[in-house]
Amino acid sequence: MLKYIAKRIGLAIVTIWAVATITFFLMNMVPGGPFLSEKAISPQATAALEAKYGLDKPLPQQYITYMWDALHGDFGDSLKQRGRTVMDIIKMKFPVSARVGGLSVLVALLIGIPLGSIAALKRGKFLDSLISVVATCGIAVPSFVICTLLLYFLGVKLRLLPTIGLSSWKNYVMPVLALSFYPTAYIMRLMRSSMLDVLGQDYMRTAKAKGVSGILILFKHALRNAILPVVTYVGPMLAYTVTGSFVVEKIFTIPGLGGEFITAISGRDYTLIMGTTIFLATLIIVMNVIVDIVYKIVDPRIKLK
Amino acid sequence: MKKRVIALLLAATMVAGLTACGGSGNGADSSTDAAQTEEGDAAPAEEETESDSAEETTEADTTASTGEKILSVQIGPDPETIDPALNSAVDGGNMLLHSFECLLTVDQEGKLAPGQAETWETSEDGLTWTFHLRDGLKWSDGSDLTANDFVYSWKRVCDPMVAAPYAETVLSMVEGYESAIAGDLDALQVVAEDDSTLVVTLSTACPYFGSLAAFATLSPVQEATVEANGDAWATSAETYISNGPFYVSEWVPGSHIMMSKNPNYWNADAIKLDGIKFNLIEDANASYSAYQTGEVLFIKDVPTEEIPSLSDNPEFHVDPIIGTYYLSLNTQREPFTDAKVRKALSLAIDREYVANTLMQGTYSPASNFMGPGWIDTDGSQFIDNANGGQPYIDTANHEANVEEAKTLLADAGYPDGEGLPAITYSTNDAGYHKVVAEYLQQAWGELGVDVTVDIVEWASFTPMRRNGDYDASRNGWVGDYSDPSNMLDLLFSSNGNNDGKFNNADYDAAMTVSRTTLDAAERSAALHEAEDILMEEAGCIPVAYYNDFWLQSEKITGSWHSAYGYWYFMYADIAE
Repeated sequence: MLKYIAKRIGLAIVTIWAVATITFFLMNMVPGGPFLSEKAISPQATAALEAKYGLDKPLPQQYITYMWDALHGDFGDSLKQRGRTVMDIIKMKFPVSARVGGLSVLVALLIGIPLGSIAALKRGKFLDSLISVVATCGIAVPSFVICTLLLYFLGVKLRLLPTIGLSSWKNYVMPVLALSFYPTAYIMRLMRSSMLDVLGQDYMRTAKAKGVSGILILFKHALRNAILPVVTYVGPMLAYTVTGSFVVEKIFTIPGLGGEFITAISGRDYTLIMGTTIFLATLIIVMNVIVDIVYKIVDPRIKLK
Repeated sequence: MKKRVIALLLAATMVAGLTACGGSGNGADSSTDAAQTEEGDAAPAEEETESDSAEETTEADTTASTGEKILSVQIGPDPETIDPALNSAVDGGNMLLHSFECLLTVDQEGKLAPGQAETWETSEDGLTWTFHLRDGLKWSDGSDLTANDFVYSWKRVCDPMVAAPYAETVLSMVEGYESAIAGDLDALQVVAEDDSTLVVTLSTACPYFGSLAAFATLSPVQEATVEANGDAWATSAETYISNGPFYVSEWVPGSHIMMSKNPNYWNADAIKLDGIKFNLIEDANASYSAYQTGEVLFIKDVPTEEIPSLSDNPEFHVDPIIGTYYLSLNTQREPFTDAKVRKALSLAIDREYVANTLMQGTYSPASNFMGPGWIDTDGSQFIDNANGGQPYIDTANHEANVEEAKTLLADAGYPDGEGLPAITYSTNDAGYHKVVAEYLQQAWGELGVDVTVDIVEWASFTPMRRNGDYDASRNGWVGDYSDPSNMLDLLFSSNGNNDGKFNNADYDAAMTVSRTTLDAAERSAALHEAEDILMEEAGCIPVAYYNDFWLQSEKITGSWHSAYGYWYFMYADIAE
């Protein structure tokens, strides 16, 4: 197991390096630059800015400098948000996204797993159809529609919840709901199909034949095996969700990291593009390793090599 | 006996089965553990939200139990920077307006008024400007503010390591600027004669230098905090020392900037609000929701689809700003080398339809390049004196304009557009840009011109236009100060914003006269001559004048909007 983890970490470093390198050269190939605005700033000012941030150097040299600094944990200054380092921005914004995203993953798991299991148990019955309809909607309806509907009804019409910021627990309700809608639906569907699969297995029949009660069969014997696909899905999903959603953050004015991914690219904030990309890549890889380990715990038959 | 053996065997299998189950039981435990740790992670988050909600009650609405009067507004998303030297955007400018004060300010009528300087005078040759500061000026941290602080701040604007985008605009006419921008900061001829007297020596006369002395880039910044914290001084409330009517007491990027009344401001007695909360909402629909719920009393970003339903609402305001939505034609490419073709394309546009219908009345039809709000040298409206008081393009008479356009095109050798190459119109996709593009396709199509629309991503659009890599493109300018040269300079042959590469010797000559002459009437004549040439030659195609449009609760009193696109909330009050 330790050997396995060491191997995965080695592989992860190579992957992150590849992601960083590809991103670095791709973003520099796209036309535009960080210091453009509708009003042209003077050539001297542009030159001074480029000199200050090292953008006047040849690209390979910039690449080596960047990689060297990044290896030492220095991801540079943001080119657009003057006075802030990339680490400052991630440190400031990631916890906000992680809080909202983490809560919504929790909600998705707590709702998705039981409902999916129930749908499988009541296969073909009304409850199953109802859950399937909800799940299909959850997957098909984009989050901005859900956000807008929530905002309109709960915020503007009924005035139940505040519409901007994150100043009290009430502010969390709408974004968490909006963010958890899709994963909940996805988990429900995953859970239903894998549960159906498990319920048809011989050992389930054996357990039933031995007179183990319905609830116990479901939660003790079937769930353990049926949950594996959900575990696979939750790992990367968690990584994406805790790094924030551009749309949800924009609509509810949440100071999270999600918006930075997009504005960094549209503003050609090179260092911030690199920082957020490396951060997300690392997070996804870490989550995948954790998923593998959780796999092993849930299903001892799995050997990690 | 046999039965017993079978029973025993059965029992054994069951025990084995149970052990297996036991194993699975352990597994189930570990998964509950996992769930608990996740909940454990969530728990501190909730604690934090509780403490946050306590904060909220103190800074909540205007009628909070503490009795603090906090005005909650939305005037844009997170500013990129609120460092006066670095800012080049209106969003940041609005923040600077409330937290800093320059030597001079612009009053409600758009006229220059005393700011940190109580009086100021100009030498006869126009080259020496002397500013006399008020007595007892202080920073928001209570320390003294002197003329030396201005010297430091202005030199900082020239510092190549600071790389201030507006350095050239605001200081290039000061003696020693060229050396200063190259690194020798002390060459800049800005001298503190004593603690309350600042003397600025110019290399060439600049009749509108007073406007620049009121320009946010030239706000004083405190040397101590800047030197101690570097560029980061302007990123956190603790180090953001200012000298205006308010100071930043909290900045949560992407959420809000909280400003509190600055008790050390010279005119603090006139400030009625205890604070202003700038909600950094990015999405127009979100702003509108927050306005409807009363969470904010003012929003700048109104969703365009709501505008038709708001036109009769007394809370909906439309007010001009100095700026023009115009089209650039690449004068280095055929067929735009021919002024007749350019003028024909200009006349083919129904500006009333574009501004009032397509742009829903949020813009005004542009008959001139210089719209309302630009101030002539005698203090009157520049537009009133332009073209002998007549509009250059009679926007009310579109039919006649189209006829003239067809004649011009025929004169240029393209009757009914025959022989004209196809034109590509480039724009980015924001606001009304796309509908205008589609309209142009149709309007120019009526002249027989084949137009393709090319939608380009913003960050690629700007360099493309600047490099002259286009046929025709959207363009626009909002003035920094109300002197007409600020916008007319755009078409000067060597200007960095001259995207159409318009190159006309007479135009350049007129602009050069306007820069050097000290005679107000001569300067005014030169500026008007420049606009005459520009409109006659159709060096660019003005389409519509910019307006600001916003929603403002009737509870807000004493605030105003300026032609520069700023809202002044410092002297505002909230009526109960």
